[in-house]
This record gives sequence, structure tokens and C-alpha cells, in this order.
Amino acid sequence: MSSARHGNLLGSASGAGVSEQTMKELRDVAQLTVEVAKRAGADHAEVLVRDSSELTAKIRLGEPELVQEAGSRSLGLRVLRGGRCAMTYTSDLRREALEALCAETVTLADFAEVDEFALPPDPALLATAVPELDLYDPNLAEVDAAWALRQAMAGEAAARKSDARVTNSEGATWSRGLGASAFATSGGFLGGYRGSSASLVVVPLCDDSTDPGNPKKRNGHWWTTSRYLAGLEPPEAVGIEAARRTVATIGSRKVETQECAIVFDPEIGRSIVGMVFSVANGSSFWRKSSYLVGKEGELISSPLVTIIDDPLRPRGLGSRPFDGDGLPTRKNPVVERGVLCPVLCDVYSARKLGRQSTGSAGRGVAGPTTSNLIMQAGAMSRPDLLRSTMKGLYVTHLMGPGFNAVTGDFSRGAQGFWIENGELTFPVSEVTIAANFDQILKRIDAVADDLELRSATAAPTFRVSHMTLAGTSRN
Amino acid sequence: MTTTLPAALRAPFSAGGPSAIDAQLANRLLGLALEAGGDYADIYFEFRVSASYALEEEQIRTLGRGITLGLGVRVTKGDATGYAYCEDLAWEKMAHAARTAGQIAVGGGHAPVGVAPLLQVALPSFYVVPTPSIVVSTHDKLALLRAADKAARAYDPRIVKVQASFAEEIKEVLLFTSDGRMASDVQPLMKFGVGAVAEEHGKRQSGSGGGGGRYGMDYFAEVHHDATAHGREAARVAIAMLDAREAPAGQMPVVLGPGDSGILLHEAVGHGLEADFNRKQTSNYTGQLGKLVASELCTVVDDGTISNARGAINVDDEGYAGQRNVLIENGVLVGYMHDRMSAKHFGLTPTGNGRRESFQSMPLPRMTNTSLLGGKDNPDDIIKSVKRGVYAKRFSGGSVNISNGDFVFALSESYLIEDGKLTAPLKGVQLTGNGPDVLRRVDMLGADYQLSDGVWMCGKDGQSVPVNVGTPTVRIASITVGGTQA
Repeated sequence: MSSARHGNLLGSASGAGVSEQTMKELRDVAQLTVEVAKRAGADHAEVLVRDSSELTAKIRLGEPELVQEAGSRSLGLRVLRGGRCAMTYTSDLRREALEALCAETVTLADFAEVDEFALPPDPALLATAVPELDLYDPNLAEVDAAWALRQAMAGEAAARKSDARVTNSEGATWSRGLGASAFATSGGFLGGYRGSSASLVVVPLCDDSTDPGNPKKRNGHWWTTSRYLAGLEPPEAVGIEAARRTVATIGSRKVETQECAIVFDPEIGRSIVGMVFSVANGSSFWRKSSYLVGKEGELISSPLVTIIDDPLRPRGLGSRPFDGDGLPTRKNPVVERGVLCPVLCDVYSARKLGRQSTGSAGRGVAGPTTSNLIMQAGAMSRPDLLRSTMKGLYVTHLMGPGFNAVTGDFSRGAQGFWIENGELTFPVSEVTIAANFDQILKRIDAVADDLELRSATAAPTFRVSHMTLAGTSRN
Repeated sequence: MTTTLPAALRAPFSAGGPSAIDAQLANRLLGLALEAGGDYADIYFEFRVSASYALEEEQIRTLGRGITLGLGVRVTKGDATGYAYCEDLAWEKMAHAARTAGQIAVGGGHAPVGVAPLLQVALPSFYVVPTPSIVVSTHDKLALLRAADKAARAYDPRIVKVQASFAEEIKEVLLFTSDGRMASDVQPLMKFGVGAVAEEHGKRQSGSGGGGGRYGMDYFAEVHHDATAHGREAARVAIAMLDAREAPAGQMPVVLGPGDSGILLHEAVGHGLEADFNRKQTSNYTGQLGKLVASELCTVVDDGTISNARGAINVDDEGYAGQRNVLIENGVLVGYMHDRMSAKHFGLTPTGNGRRESFQSMPLPRMTNTSLLGGKDNPDDIIKSVKRGVYAKRFSGGSVNISNGDFVFALSESYLIEDGKLTAPLKGVQLTGNGPDVLRRVDMLGADYQLSDGVWMCGKDGQSVPVNVGTPTVRIASITVGGTQA
């Protein structure tokens, strides 16, 4: 099937963009609903209205497999009455439906018990301006399904062409999301912003007959994502890298159970950085569900580690001009040279802990969330980091749950490459790596200078001096 | 379901509703969807009312409620799918969604396919719920949370924190297909959960309990499902884990307890038997039909017909009745789980496994309630047979790479087996292995089959659907245990 067949067919893309008119409608609905809720008996009301649209185009083995295109609107409402709180949401934004929703939400709040910490934020702390963070690309709105399919096709074709060992494909998907939201509170906040993002992911497959008794297939993937069309890597480059990563896993095998160094590829290192936040935030602190409770100001990690949450990065995938409480956002350190900084808080968790919010409230969710959470680059080059590793596992994938925030126990499935005398030798799979998270952070003994901001949470390559690797029995 | 629901809980599109969709209107929409040359179309309407209640610090904290309404239109042309959805039952919006989905077929060459006369599909009834919890007074549900909280605290003074939650939904679906099927269903779903934290000498451990399914308040009438029983169970696990020691690392025999261990089956073989992966030849079970893929002790069944089970479905999201499908019989692979598209590819009848997360997603072959059937061994004998190994009792989840069957799953409560006896509790640990490899190593199977009371959620291609799992006590001769004690 030729891609030209889809030219200009799936609706003119001009309809997909977020116009100024849409932004105004969202703000109007948010503000109106706040007023309706107040009239229904709420002491305080907060309303988040979202408008989003998606375009997904998937190619498999050179043929279109899926084109999905649609838009969606929703509204979330939180009310307080007599110190009692209730939250509701709906996709029905008709005036009469919103009236009914407000009345029902107020009634529901009466069933809750008084929570003295659930008061609205001090109006003096609310954001008074919405900084322009350059999060929306009108060019992305112009993309149509035919163009998206061509991008996916180019990515998959490059993967299949680049290496004969790529024998099959789980496909290539190009997708785009456009979204706008408005947030209004009876405390006097009214703000909104729009954002866009697009991505391409390519998933090649190859056959692995290294063990004739148990032939396997191996998949791998590579991807690019950006808020701007111009920020995406070329599809051919994504496809070639996907193929390279996939064929490199042919012949994966277990290794013997042992203690060894663990080097985290940036693709997986960022998930470790995300786990740091999961034990270093206001909610986990007041709930005492983190092993780090009481350790602010103490060394919780190697001094080589600095992690910063920066919501104000222009074009950042995790950027936001104001937070879910309507407070201005700001750059906050999370870990500074190994020392745990005051944890990220929303208004509620800050009150529970007797302090001020760090402007980190999530949108439409309870508790603080991260924006662009970035582990800072170190001084060592990646080749030097590998060369100085005598024996260990270079981890490219982690699988499954296996982290207990209360105790810090960490045990997860891992895949990657065996390091011997400073060189990546053969691919490894079906092993686990384990240690307490406290030990993992403190044993980081090398951080590379290869930080790339490819995703909202990012990390450079880093090494943990030793963890337990479980694989085959020792001879 | 036979219950009469109050008007606010009935879908606006159902018969007698303010925006009732009848066969004639559906027929017109399907016609628009196929206008551009598609060879099949379906329209899926969904109305969902959900509510949640949470208790924390001995107080009712969060009450929430949500309503979603929408429809998804799918058009296929060969192996290609066009999908669009909208949240509005206005004719113009629905017609736009139908035409948008239909564009996938443009330029395909042949004349449009007609829409067959729509006939109601006869459906079974696997979840007759006399009183869905969502119509019951909020006070009654809050009382359950308080009872669980109290029971957990009363279990042991070392319990320092308890959270309890209740979540419920009622989902009404209505679907029409261009090959002439129409079906509707009302699907209740509820879950109850308790989390407890125990503290002693500065050491903290957590435990959880809970369960649910397609029940109403009748769920709590059963002894093991009682709110206080779930509270005590969460406390029991948290207290037991206070003594947990570092788990061993390396290959050793593992005994899986009955019920929850089915999660291993779900990951190790279940996903690989979903037919989309086999249609695309991306599963490690591709081309293995009729071959021995597991120990001869193993018979694996996916069964959407288990009454009130979390994964039960009267009808799947493509209009095929839920059914019981044998996947592996005495170790031999005998069938896959199909949706319409994969069944067509293999020239078979769909197996009632076409499921979707919501109207915003296309259906895929998915599991329902997946079980390894019971064997003949006495569970105690199985434990006694192990000199040194691990007994796995509770699980927090798992994951699999479908292309090669490599999987992991996480134990949240496990014990060391020494000389045939359960000794020390072990800290949270991961098991890892390869699906076909591990199923060949199953060498003892208990006669104590149990369906899990867990609230399992299965994720695939970004879509989550409720499922359940079941197993007897199982011995795996050797599997990698991912502890820290090398």
C-alpha cells in the first residue's frame, strides 16, 4: 500500500489545533463551574478543565496498521465545605450537567470528616502571571495522518534495512498529542496554557537461535519525543538505532550469581532518578511511607549525585507555568551533592509537615509530582566510566515492580551487557539485581558527562560499585 | 444483570434513555463508517459511573465520583484499523467519528460492504448482582472502611498506620457490528483494599489485604471477604514482615502458594498466547500449536465464565459471549485467545477475548480469568519435598517480554523453606525466568486449586483491563530468586 493513498484524507488538520477561542472557552467553563459550586454551597471550589486531541499512526511491515484520531474534554472539581472535601469528574460539560455535578459534589463532601489541613492555599501565594514556556508548537497541529504514517514508515523501513538480522517488526508508531487546560479556584486563581508533544517509537524484532533447544525472539526499541516538530530526531536515525539495540541482544544469556558493579544506561538510570522522588516527596513524608523520613539535610547518596526539579525549562517535556494548587512553579533541588534537600510539597503535604509548598502540586492529582527531574552530569566521559569497570553488568532494561518505598528493598529483573575489563562483552538476560536503595544511592561511584534531556526525567550514565546479581548457580 | 437501576445510573443511550440508540440509528452510523470502503465496522457505546472512598489516619478523607460517556468507532480494512471516538451523542459528532474511522479504507478499491441486519446476541449472565454497591447508602460503605481500620489496629499494637479504600463502578455497554451483531451489558465491579504499616525498634514494614470482583455488597457476606478479615490480613502481613531477612540469590526450587501465584502464569504464558502476537509472529509461542510447551502436569485455561470473578464477561467488547478456553492441555498447546481480527486470520471463531479499556481504545485479545488447573499432590507434601528453597505466598505484580517469554514477578510475602519446613519470612524479592522454560520445570501440582481474591489489573499497549488468576500449590524445580544473599 502506498502512503500517498492517505493524502489529505483524515480530516484537515487545521481543526486539531488549540485556538485562542478554545482557551477562552476552557477558562470560561472553569470559572463558571467555580461559581456554580459556590452557589451550591461550597466554601471553596477548584476546577480543572482539559481539552485534548490525539493522532496515532502505526505502521507494521510497511503497511498501515492503525490510525486513531479523536478529541476529548473533561472537567475535574474539588470542593471544600465545612472543612470536608470531595472530588468529582465528568466528560459531560453541558451547563445542566455541571449544575447537577456541583450539587452532587457538595452533598458528597458532607460524608467526609473534617480535615483541618485541606484548606485552600493562602491567596497571597497564588500565581499572578502565567510565564510563557514555549510548550505549544502550532506546526504539530498541522500534521495529518498521511504525514504521520510516512514518518512511521520511514522509521520502520530504516530499521529493517539497516541489519539483515531484523526479521520481523512490532511496528513503528508516530503519535501526537495536543492539549489545553484551564484552572480556576474560588480563591481567585484563573489560568490556562496549552501544550503539544509528538513521538516516534520503532520496535524491531529478530530471531535468536543461539540455544537451539529454546529458540527465542528478541525485541528492542528506540524513540524520540519533543514538544516541537523540529525537535524530533529524523525517523531514519531512530530506526537505525532501534535495530542496533535489538540485534545487540542476540545470544543473551544468564550469568553466574555474584556481587558486581552495575552501570545504568541513561534509559534506565532515569527510572532510578524517578524512584528517588518516590521516596523524597511531601506525601510519602507525612505518611511516613518512605525510608528517607527524617533525613532531610543528611547525606543520603554519594556526593556525586545532584538532582534538580525544574518546571520552568522552555520547551521542557515536563514543564508547567503554575502548579495544581495555582501556585507559581520554581526550580527546586531534590538532592544536592548527596544531601537530601527539603522534599517537594504541594499545599496539603506542606501543611501536614508544617512548612510551605514548593509549588510542586500535580494537576488533577493529589500530592506533589515532578516536572523535569534531572540528575546532573558528572565529569567523567562514558568511555572512561566503562574502561574503569573491571567486572559488572551494564543495565539497559529493568523489569517488573520490586521496590518497597517503606524499607528501600530493591530487587528487579535486569537485561544488559556483561562488562569484563572495561569492555562490553556479551548480552545478558534473565537475571535480577538487588540491594537496599539506600546502599544503591550511596554506592554510586562514577557519573558520566553524557546527560541528554530526551525525556522529562533524565540521567547520565552512572555506576553503582556493587549490588547482588542473581543468575545461574555458582559452580 | 437484572436489577433496575435509578435513572441517573442508566446510560443515556440505553433503551428508554434520553438519547436512546436503536438498531436503525446504529445501522446508519455503520453505513457511514463503511462508506469509504472498509470491510468491517463496529460502534461501541460506553457509560461508566464510578466512585471511591478512602480512609486514612482513622478519618474518612477522600470521596470521589466520576462519570464518563462516549462511543468508539472502529473500521478495518484487511489488517489495518481506523479508530475514532467522541463523547457526545449528537448525530453530527457521532457521524464525524464514523467517517473519520472510515478513512482508513479510502482507495481500497472495492465497493462498500453492506451492513447486515442487526440481531441481538444471546448472552449468559455471570454476574447477577441483586444490589450493586453504587446504589447502596454511602454510610454503609464508610462503615466498612472503619471496620477494616479498627480490625487492623486491633490486630497488634505495632500497627502504626492503616489506609482503607473502597472503589466501585458500574459500566453499561452497547455495541453494534456491521456483520449484524448487537449486544448490551451492565458490568458491576468493586474492590476493597487495606494497607497497614507496622513499626518496631525503628524498623518499618508494610502489608496489604483486599479483594473484590463483579459483586455488590453481597461480596462482604462471605467470611474471608469480610472488611475486618481484610484489615487483619493487611496487619498480619506487615507484622510477619518485621522479622523478614534478606532473601537468597540464585537458582533454587520454589513452591508457589495457591491462588495469587496465578500471576506467574499470567506473565509466563498468558500474554504469549494472546493471538495478536501469534498472528504477527512476534510471540515465542508462534507456530507451537500441538507441541509440548509445558510439563505434562500443566493444563491452562482462560475462563471468562467464572461467576462474579473480576475477569468475568457476559460479552466481550466485540459482541462475542464470554467463554471458557483451554489453552494448554497436559502440557500441549491447544489454542490461543482471539479477538475478531486474529480469529479471522487463523480462520477460527473469536473466543470472547476481545477487550478494551474504554471507548477510547480499540479491542485487543486479552485474558479474562486465567488458571493453572489443580493436580494430585498434597500441598504439605510439596513443601516437605524441598530441602532448601522459597515458598511464595503473596505477589505485588509481574511483567513479561512477549517476544521471548522472559518474565519477572515480585513476591511481597515469602518464606525460606529449610528441610521441608517454612522458616524465616523473606524481604521483598523478585523471581525471574523464561515462560516456556519454567513451565517445563513444574514437577509437582497440588490438589488445592484456588481462584485469587486479588484485584489484578492487566496492562497491554497502554490499556488496562481487570483480570483474575488462579492456581493450586505448584513446585518449580528450579527458578532464579533475586535476593541479595549470593
